[in-house]
Amino acid sequence: MISRQSMTWKPMILGAAFALLAVTGCHHDHASGIPANAGAPMTSGLPAPTASLTADPPSIDLGQSVVLNWRTTNASSVTIEGIGPVPVNGTQTVSPSNSTNFHLIAKGDGGETEANVRVTVRVPVVPSTPDNGNGDMGSEAAFHQNVQDLFFDYDSFDLRPDAQSSVTNAASYLNAHPAIKVLIGGYCDDRGSAEYNITLGENRANAAKTALLAAGVPASRLRVVSYGKEKQFCSEENEQCWQQNRRAQFSLDK
Amino acid sequence: MTSILAGKKFGIFALLSALISISPAMRAQDDPFHLETSAGANRIRIAVADFKPQSGDAGSFKHTFDTTLFADLTAAGIFDMVSKDMTPQSTPGTPAEINLGQWSAAPASAAMVAFGNLGVANSRIVVNGFLDDAKNAQFPQVFAKQYNEAASDDSARQIAHRFADEIISRLGGVTGIAETKIYYVKVLGGSKEIWEMDYDGSNQHAITHLGAISISPRVSPDNSRLAFSSLGKDGFQIKMYSLLLGRLVNFTSAGGTNVSPAWAPNGSQLAFSSSRTGDPEIWVSDPEGRVAHKITSFAGPDVSPTWNPKTGGQIAWISGRTHLPQLYIMDADGSGVQRLTDGGYATSPSWSPNGQFLTFAWDRKYGPGAPGGQDIYIMEIATKRWIQLTHDSGPCDFPSWSPDGRHIVFANGSGSRARIMSMLADGTQKRALTGSGADMPNWSWK
Repeated sequence: MISRQSMTWKPMILGAAFALLAVTGCHHDHASGIPANAGAPMTSGLPAPTASLTADPPSIDLGQSVVLNWRTTNASSVTIEGIGPVPVNGTQTVSPSNSTNFHLIAKGDGGETEANVRVTVRVPVVPSTPDNGNGDMGSEAAFHQNVQDLFFDYDSFDLRPDAQSSVTNAASYLNAHPAIKVLIGGYCDDRGSAEYNITLGENRANAAKTALLAAGVPASRLRVVSYGKEKQFCSEENEQCWQQNRRAQFSLDK
Repeated sequence: MTSILAGKKFGIFALLSALISISPAMRAQDDPFHLETSAGANRIRIAVADFKPQSGDAGSFKHTFDTTLFADLTAAGIFDMVSKDMTPQSTPGTPAEINLGQWSAAPASAAMVAFGNLGVANSRIVVNGFLDDAKNAQFPQVFAKQYNEAASDDSARQIAHRFADEIISRLGGVTGIAETKIYYVKVLGGSKEIWEMDYDGSNQHAITHLGAISISPRVSPDNSRLAFSSLGKDGFQIKMYSLLLGRLVNFTSAGGTNVSPAWAPNGSQLAFSSSRTGDPEIWVSDPEGRVAHKITSFAGPDVSPTWNPKTGGQIAWISGRTHLPQLYIMDADGSGVQRLTDGGYATSPSWSPNGQFLTFAWDRKYGPGAPGGQDIYIMEIATKRWIQLTHDSGPCDFPSWSPDGRHIVFANGSGSRARIMSMLADGTQKRALTGSGADMPNWSWK
């Protein structure tokens, strides 16, 4: 559907300005719909037609209806594709069965102009049948490729700068796979004291959770468990191994 | 904060004397770090006779009894023990059989003599124990005790513990600890279970059989329950085990990670670390986990609480609110927060029974590449002065005071190599209580 936000409007406004046309609909931030607009080349001295078309609401569930509302000036005949000839100004209630672009053409002595509006129809998704044993949670391999563990400095639970891109990738994958629930495990290297490390691991896992929340992953899909130093990825006493153990680990929470 | 370096010795030593000396007049300024092993004039010289067997099958029990009794009195740290090489060959079984002149004369030169007899009849072990004042020819007997238990090696050991505690109580004026227990974590491959042993490391046996990672055992002040933390699908949760019923009992969980339980001295409250609201904080609840309320509120880890056992009004704990973990105290309602350590990496506090001291593990030079070692320290809370009790013996952690305040048990080494050791509270008389694979000791309250 067409966004109502001004950012998305901008290219259209520019398009209209380029055509040196004062398109009234462009100023108008109708709360319930998007005034479409059009640019048409000026073919004569007569004023060119203008047109706006809105849909309220702009998105519906299947079976609901939406009100189309259009206004034109300097037009003698107006048609909406799929509906046919309509009055120069008017409203009509429609109930499309899937998402539809409504396309209005206004013709007048000064030329021809168009207006568009998209009505989004939300069709309930039938849960897909499991095809690979993982259902719609995606494959384990794809998960780990896209949702990578975060690593921490010693005795720190602050996300490092290099973790930010991992978080961004992880969040976009998780947002694209809403069925996935994630277990975030907090881990520490084996130096220091056991009880303290459990709380430090908790803070590490929480830091990862907070970053995913900020990137739009709902809290209901994230679960935190701290293992402290009670579970280790390796057991050598060197910085390389310690670094391996200072992490927030992501796994599918099945 | 002041370290006990040259010039500070006497001050801190006076503190430590107050802590561990039995005789108030005891001075050891000539040898401040060997209080317990020096032959101070005020240490009572005591001889222990091998007990006289009353029946033929007393043999193995008698050996257990004799060695346990001698070890208990030695470990108490308040006696000048007469070596068994110097005692008379006789084994007096009753006051009528003892010739005290033999014992008070050189080379034994004993001031006190413990002796008696041990017999087994009808599957019962019967011990008559006597303590005599060797210098009092007219009325020598200090006390006499009879013990009667089902016959077993463990009974022989427990009777020796009780007789030793009686002697320590009569002569030292402090409650003995020979009947106390130590709870600890036994490392068993992939799992960790909670085990129990006598204070001297004997009688090691399992309490839990959960097949999980269970840590941080803390026994209740009345020895009826054991709180600990166990790793399950939802992370670490507090578990409560009834030592009377021999099974887990209810402890309400409320989400998050819940670790490091600590009993209030009245046994009606438990402090622990919980992340049920996100950040790990110190919470206090009743022993079933109900009426839980949060008493700290600061970003970063808060963990390992310990109550002031003297007053029940204060809690010491570890907080990472300024990055590396430091030792803090507060009132039990969360007010009056004071930081006690000024740096390094401090963990695992335990509060002395008299309320004056904290013992904890501290790595004062912690950091990547730093030469620091994790050792056991004692700090006097009022002055923040401290002394170091372990040196260059590998990482040490989880110190726990004995109920008489004169001993500290701790873990030495890490992971599967950890073992449990005990020492006097001045750092002397270190000895291993277990082999490797034992960690996180907790000394019972009585």
